[in-house]
Amino acid sequence: MNDSNNEMPASNLVQIGPKPVAEQRFWRSLDELEQTPAFQKGMKYEFPEGRVPKALTGQGGLTRRDILKLMGASAGLAGVTACTKLPPEKIVPYVRQPEEFVPGIPVFFATAMPLGGVGRGMLVESHMGRPTKVEGNPGHPSSLGSMDLFGQASVLTLYDPDRSQVPSHYGHVGSWEEFIAELGDHLAAERSTGGTGLRILTGAITSPTLADQIQGLLKDFPHANWHQYEPCGRDSVREGSRIAFGEYTNSVYRLNKADVVLSLDSDFMFAEPGGIRYARDFADRRRMPDPNATTNRLYVAESTPSITGSLADHRLQVRSCDVEALARAIAAAVGLAGAGSANAPAGVSADWITGVANDLKAHRGSSLVVAGDVQPPAVHALAHAMNEALGNAGQTVIYTAPVEANPTDETRSLKELVAAMDSGQVRTLIVMGVNPVYSSPADVPFLAAMQKVNFRVHLGLFHDETSAQCHWQIPEAHYLEAWGDLRSYDGTVSVVQPLIAPLYGGKSALEMVAILRGQTGASGHDMVRDYWQNQAPAAHLPVGTSGFEDFWETSLNNGWIEGTAYPARAGGAKAGANPAAGSPAPEGLELVLRPSPSVWDGCLASNAWLQELPQPFSKLTWDNALLMSPGNGIRLGLKQADVVKVRVDGREIAAPVFILPGQAANSLTLHLGYGRTVGAGLGTNVGANAYEIRTSDAPWIIAGVSVVKTADTHHLVTTQNSHLIEQQGHYVADEESESAFDRRVMRVASIDEFRRNPDFAADPPEMNTQAQSLYPPYDYSKGYQWGMSIDLNTCIGCNACVVACYAENNIAVVGKDEVDNGRDMQWIRVDTYYRGDIDDPEMYNEVVLCMHCENAPCEYVCPVGATMHNDEGLNLMIYNRCVGTRYCSNNCPYKVRRFNFKLYSDWTTPSLFPLRNPDVTVRSRGVMEKCSYCIQRIREAEINTERDGTTIKDGQVQTACQQTCPTQAIVFGDIRDPNSRVSQLKAQTRQYALLRELNVRPRTTYLARLRNPNPEIKG
Amino acid sequence: MPQVFHRSMNTISRVSSVGLVLVIGGLLYFCWAVNQSPYYTRAKLQLEQPVPFSHKHHTMDDGIDCRYCHTSVETSSFAGLPSTETCMTCHSQIWTNSVMLQPVRASYATGQSLEWARVNALPEFVYFNHSIHVKKGIGCTTCHGELGDMPITWKQNTLYMRWCIDCHKHPQEYVRPREDVFLPVYNPPKNQAELGKKLVAEYKIHSWTRCDTCHR
Repeated sequence: MNDSNNEMPASNLVQIGPKPVAEQRFWRSLDELEQTPAFQKGMKYEFPEGRVPKALTGQGGLTRRDILKLMGASAGLAGVTACTKLPPEKIVPYVRQPEEFVPGIPVFFATAMPLGGVGRGMLVESHMGRPTKVEGNPGHPSSLGSMDLFGQASVLTLYDPDRSQVPSHYGHVGSWEEFIAELGDHLAAERSTGGTGLRILTGAITSPTLADQIQGLLKDFPHANWHQYEPCGRDSVREGSRIAFGEYTNSVYRLNKADVVLSLDSDFMFAEPGGIRYARDFADRRRMPDPNATTNRLYVAESTPSITGSLADHRLQVRSCDVEALARAIAAAVGLAGAGSANAPAGVSADWITGVANDLKAHRGSSLVVAGDVQPPAVHALAHAMNEALGNAGQTVIYTAPVEANPTDETRSLKELVAAMDSGQVRTLIVMGVNPVYSSPADVPFLAAMQKVNFRVHLGLFHDETSAQCHWQIPEAHYLEAWGDLRSYDGTVSVVQPLIAPLYGGKSALEMVAILRGQTGASGHDMVRDYWQNQAPAAHLPVGTSGFEDFWETSLNNGWIEGTAYPARAGGAKAGANPAAGSPAPEGLELVLRPSPSVWDGCLASNAWLQELPQPFSKLTWDNALLMSPGNGIRLGLKQADVVKVRVDGREIAAPVFILPGQAANSLTLHLGYGRTVGAGLGTNVGANAYEIRTSDAPWIIAGVSVVKTADTHHLVTTQNSHLIEQQGHYVADEESESAFDRRVMRVASIDEFRRNPDFAADPPEMNTQAQSLYPPYDYSKGYQWGMSIDLNTCIGCNACVVACYAENNIAVVGKDEVDNGRDMQWIRVDTYYRGDIDDPEMYNEVVLCMHCENAPCEYVCPVGATMHNDEGLNLMIYNRCVGTRYCSNNCPYKVRRFNFKLYSDWTTPSLFPLRNPDVTVRSRGVMEKCSYCIQRIREAEINTERDGTTIKDGQVQTACQQTCPTQAIVFGDIRDPNSRVSQLKAQTRQYALLRELNVRPRTTYLARLRNPNPEIKG
Repeated sequence: MPQVFHRSMNTISRVSSVGLVLVIGGLLYFCWAVNQSPYYTRAKLQLEQPVPFSHKHHTMDDGIDCRYCHTSVETSSFAGLPSTETCMTCHSQIWTNSVMLQPVRASYATGQSLEWARVNALPEFVYFNHSIHVKKGIGCTTCHGELGDMPITWKQNTLYMRWCIDCHKHPQEYVRPREDVFLPVYNPPKNQAELGKKLVAEYKIHSWTRCDTCHR
């Protein structure tokens, strides 16, 4: 950060003469690196040229007269339509008002959401009985008050108009009674044979009550079988633990105790059941309040840029199939006996291995090795052995009983089911909550085999690929509609309590199993309650309480059951259990399949918020693509959006290419979860179905693939070139001289540089032009003064904030074409900045939202005063005044304003009405909108405190993005209070304001990113 | 050379130039008048209700407090509308055979809510909070009119933004002691000018007119 040509000239800004253009060190896309015309246009225009409808560019034969006519007509029509009378309304009170229900005041309920079967504790906001917003549960160990994008998006799935709404029989509307009757006949036949032909297929189950019910069912039908299959399951994690410990074992990481972390292809802050908690614990070691604070160091070896990888101090690009060799080499270097060969894979420098190994050895008991879910069992076993050898077991990682109620090799379980079906043994198949026709590996012919089953039932939220092949499709109750219980990553049990009665009369898996057991009409509530009544609740009683009622009420209120987190298991990894080294990974291209960072394994494909979310790094929306390194693109002669066929062992799949810097050479990545063909609503026929090339023996890493170019191209839409901030500043001193300087939009330093120069992120003093303004200043010396600080050192770019904003602020979805027009509506965005070598770049995340400038450029240009300022420092957007000139967004240097070019908000689908936050206006066409710092939350707190005669305490108002942020990188509060968290963060020397030289005085500021490189590792 | 225009054009042009001004002015006045009229504002209109509920009777004759029915007025943005059960606390005992109350009994028996025509409605981009106004000494009747004098409820004021702003700018003219907030009929004391100033200070009334007070 000390290179002089990047600093601001020391003289007065206005007087500076011409200077050479500073080298631009950060880039957001390959287009920017190459300064392609497309990029330059995107930079220059708010809505890049070529994407604007021709009629509006003046090139479509539109003359001055036409424009005058159009303007006249618009003004006239606007005037006419503005004269609407308020429609007459009905007001409908309760007949019997429920207790504790106060209209206008939301109620929060604790519950838990399953993903991959594992729970995450949450609080759900309910307005008049309508769940509208998910938050983390501050007391729950899996969330600590934060939530990820999947949890945030789950409310939309509840109200999804494409959900299955009636029992359907061969695709026709059936009735519940008919189903029960038909099922009864088949079950009666099964009962006589002990259930030899009965099979149940579920996803991974952690629910103690559901598992107990299924075990009960298996007692009723002793020859029946229960199969589990989770498409993005953790088979290799479990198998690795079995190799290391002799039995299935769950690892719980204590990242707050880890000084050195090595991730072997693991996205542990995102794609693991404990991801939310891990991200928080990891970030807590990175806050660096002052240069002398200590921090941790993260090594990541991975094949594709991951959320965890973006925070790495040393990121090694390596094929996923080479990670095992790498792990062996590091294991050998840390002195692990029997780790196999010490030969690192080609291309990995020896100092990386020794550097990592020495760092790990120097931090015995405070280091941690984490293996990724996509890695084979051997790598997991090696990671366990390394943690054991490094004394980390019991310190940074503890081992517990598995969280799954009945841990099993799920792929084998599925194959057994298919074999049984194929041989005609299965007469009745009940599929619950999974979609195996879509998500089975290609070599497991589920679809063909299930045709031989006499009676097939599917319980699911959607009428999907599997239910299309079933005799009966039964609507499943969403987790917000049903009773249940779930274990989270450390074993903690949460009772899942419904917030709303099933919208479509759906049944939960628990209720379905009860029906199979002949207990028609048994309620989920009673089953969960009865189960826990039999589990000696005395052991889980909070202090000072007694009896089951206390236990039950407390557990429901807290959102977890006291004392259910699994204790650490005694004993460590078995010595010498390391699997023998297999043959080295073959040369050539590999294909790595991973769960999508947006729609996971495809079960969320119908969720439009998630589909429209720009995926991390690629910023792709409404698609998946074959991610490929720039080098591979050149070698294979492929360009962005070329459709290729990926072939292996006679299977092939067509997918468009996306060239992604940070992707390892010879490693291709394709996200699972796309290419749904039935029942995924807006996600139907979006992207390529990666399951078609997946096999049961290579579920994640497929070696030896070949890529064949086709003549086709696919229209990929990415937001990489939207909302660009110019990194180069220009000063025009006079007519002849113009100088450029680096605006340092992203500011990064190493820990050493930070310690040498704690003010590295600061702007030169002459940039502090606070006194200069043409406008009278506001009085900011009284009242609350709201501001925000975003710590780039902990931002992982996981998109949770973006989805939280969708839910809190009623943000509309616009669809692929409109995203392509640069018209996405997200108020908060995650910009990715790359630095360095195109083949091995560093990656940085920067969250950008409305900066709430004290001298806001948008306010001065609004002709109707629709964007205003208040004395709390907020930049307000008054929708009902807006006439849609778009001058404000034209004048916004941060490009954070969004315009409703069309009627994007859905005003017609009834099922979406209850989803909306009643405290935020639903915007209509022709209206500008932008981040409001969640003003509805500020107002609510202000009114509540005014009423009570108190003042707003620090932390009482949290913006939605702040509240959900897994790493708590976003902090909001009163900057006039010197003791508030935000004030203290803003007082840190790492603070900087984006584009300070414009003198807009943003209230949102950043804390610069730090890197903590290991001096032993060069380059 | 003959005259291009007939002589009468002199008069016509004079009349029409004055007339044009009058016609445009008249049109503007007409628009304004419509905008202010009960047709448009629905102020002072008596809407058809399932039950002709009289605030006058319940508050003045029976002396029932506003908060008996509008329970959340002190805690929530929404004052709350009484459930059928609330009506039936009394009307299961008195007027049990009244024809007028038949819809209430039917609602209680069937579980179907009563559907009232909404009298006071704000556009969806306006966020009004009852609890804070009540706490700051703004009485029910200040906005809703003399309910103790309404045999059937009507909207007393336009609820236009100008009307809101008037009070926000001059709260001292409208504020009253907190203990009088729920009076169904209220006449400001003669010393309102000085009492108002005192109460504004005592209740820490902000007199906010910034946009985000109501719009978000």
